[in-house]
Amino acid sequence: MEKESIYDKYEAVIGLEVHAQLMTESKMYCSDSTEFGLAPNTNVSPISLGHPGTLPTFNTRAMEFGVKIGLACGCSIRHENQFARKNYFYADLPKGYQITQDKTPICTGGHIMIKDDAGNPKKVGLTRIHMEEDSGKSNHDMDPFKTLIDLNRAGVPLLEIVSEPDLRTPQEAYNYLTEVRQLVRYLEICDGNMEEGSMRCDANVSVRLKGSKEFGQRTETKNLNSIRNVFRAISYEIKRQIDAIEAGETITQQTMNFDAVSGKTSVMRSKEMAHDYRYFPEPDLQAVYIEQGYIEDVRNMLPKLPAELIQKYTQELSLSTYDAELITEDKAIALYYEEIIKHTKNYKSAANWLMGSIKSYLNENAIIINQFPIKPEKIAGLIDLIDSGKINNSIGAQKVFPTMLSNPEQTAEEIAKTNNWIQDSDSSSIEGYIAAAISKYPEKVVAYKDGNKNLLGLFMGEVMKLSQGKADPKLTSQLLKTELEK
Amino acid sequence: MSIDKSTVERIAELSKLKFEPSEQAEILNDMNRMLDFVEKLSEVDTEGVEPLIYLLDEKPSVRLDKVEQTTTQAEALKNAPDADTDYIKVPKVMKGR
Repeated sequence: MEKESIYDKYEAVIGLEVHAQLMTESKMYCSDSTEFGLAPNTNVSPISLGHPGTLPTFNTRAMEFGVKIGLACGCSIRHENQFARKNYFYADLPKGYQITQDKTPICTGGHIMIKDDAGNPKKVGLTRIHMEEDSGKSNHDMDPFKTLIDLNRAGVPLLEIVSEPDLRTPQEAYNYLTEVRQLVRYLEICDGNMEEGSMRCDANVSVRLKGSKEFGQRTETKNLNSIRNVFRAISYEIKRQIDAIEAGETITQQTMNFDAVSGKTSVMRSKEMAHDYRYFPEPDLQAVYIEQGYIEDVRNMLPKLPAELIQKYTQELSLSTYDAELITEDKAIALYYEEIIKHTKNYKSAANWLMGSIKSYLNENAIIINQFPIKPEKIAGLIDLIDSGKINNSIGAQKVFPTMLSNPEQTAEEIAKTNNWIQDSDSSSIEGYIAAAISKYPEKVVAYKDGNKNLLGLFMGEVMKLSQGKADPKLTSQLLKTELEK
Repeated sequence: MSIDKSTVERIAELSKLKFEPSEQAEILNDMNRMLDFVEKLSEVDTEGVEPLIYLLDEKPSVRLDKVEQTTTQAEALKNAPDADTDYIKVPKVMKGR
């Protein structure tokens, strides 16, 4: 316990840099394809190979994506976008510099809403978002004597999203990344897949005594390839820094590497070895001007974002926050829900079907919603069929829904009719079943009359059995009670 | 403005280059001469003059997001000093790997 109190004296200050690989067809500064998984060095050209005498041309789609995320986060969008050279030597950067934005990032300010550790909303400020290009890939393991270079990725467009040091715990960092990933997926600018490297994260971490206004010396941990690993690396780094300070050491400016197997960070570069990028304006690429009219056009194209949808679902459709968050977690699911509720007014039931039977079917078959056989309007039809009293819930879930899966062209009503599942709401036929049920269990009738009201379920079950599940349960229960209490 | 030996060493390190001491002296001399040459520009009074980044007053070179693949893998690898059928080969850049 004493050990724990030491850690409790400190708080962490965390800022994240996220690189989002953009879902453009072609590269940032040339027309090479960005297609993933091709043979090495096939998506290349004299520009991406860094040949002398070549000139970059700017992909306007990357600008559109930058404006999109900027507007979604409430950033101010810069009109005059200059580019700069960031110089460093590495074999997978053939030009010897990366064309990036230094002093004029496309977006500044803005924020992303996250949940803190207690689940309360928290605003995380954004410092900047800028456009740049990816490097190629180096392979150090395939050849014992050489490093092998694949330049397919060299020049693929990136947006770097830099947060303010507003995060305080590994969980907040985790939540922030989850939000960023959801946002880029909703905007359809990046697939957000950290394991495949299309979204990458570097974490700046420092610690300070609680209540202190000064920042401690920070370290930067690189190459974190899952949200879970960002959480683990930050947790380790916080503890390591506190232990070092408590042992009388000083934290120095270091670049750390995270080992996912051991869960530990280790020094990759010290301050003395730090890069000096010698930024200067890129003279080969004129500044790109973004007109206000263009920004407004992009604003009008923006899809509904999770926060807006959650507000709509909880306030207009009276769903619980839990349901609303569950539905909006995945954009495709949210779009499916939007389609169902165009055709039915029973929003709660639509949410239950989607997050219940449909989600289980997707999980069991390991498919995504776009591969789900039943169209949303047919699900709405099923909901309305139940609400109209023509079939009951259990017939809907256990008979009609499974039949719809194999006959997606048919409506719920057609299926229910063909299979003779339409509910029996005719009191005279239900009374017949009731009479049969009662005469079958005379001693239970006595017990019921003596006060064992739980026996109603037994009679209900019997009537359902006799009617092959078609008896209207509400009517049956009413009639049964009247009959038993005679 | 003149630079010293440590600056040359720093730049060599950033460029991942190694020099013999005799070469280093020569490079120091050359770099100082280059700086002296460029230093000439500072004789001009540029007070209040906007920095000039682009030499030509052209429209920015922008394009739509369309793929045009003009180079083949074989062509790309032909210019590399060392390559196999798929990859460009360079000296090991990571120690101990």
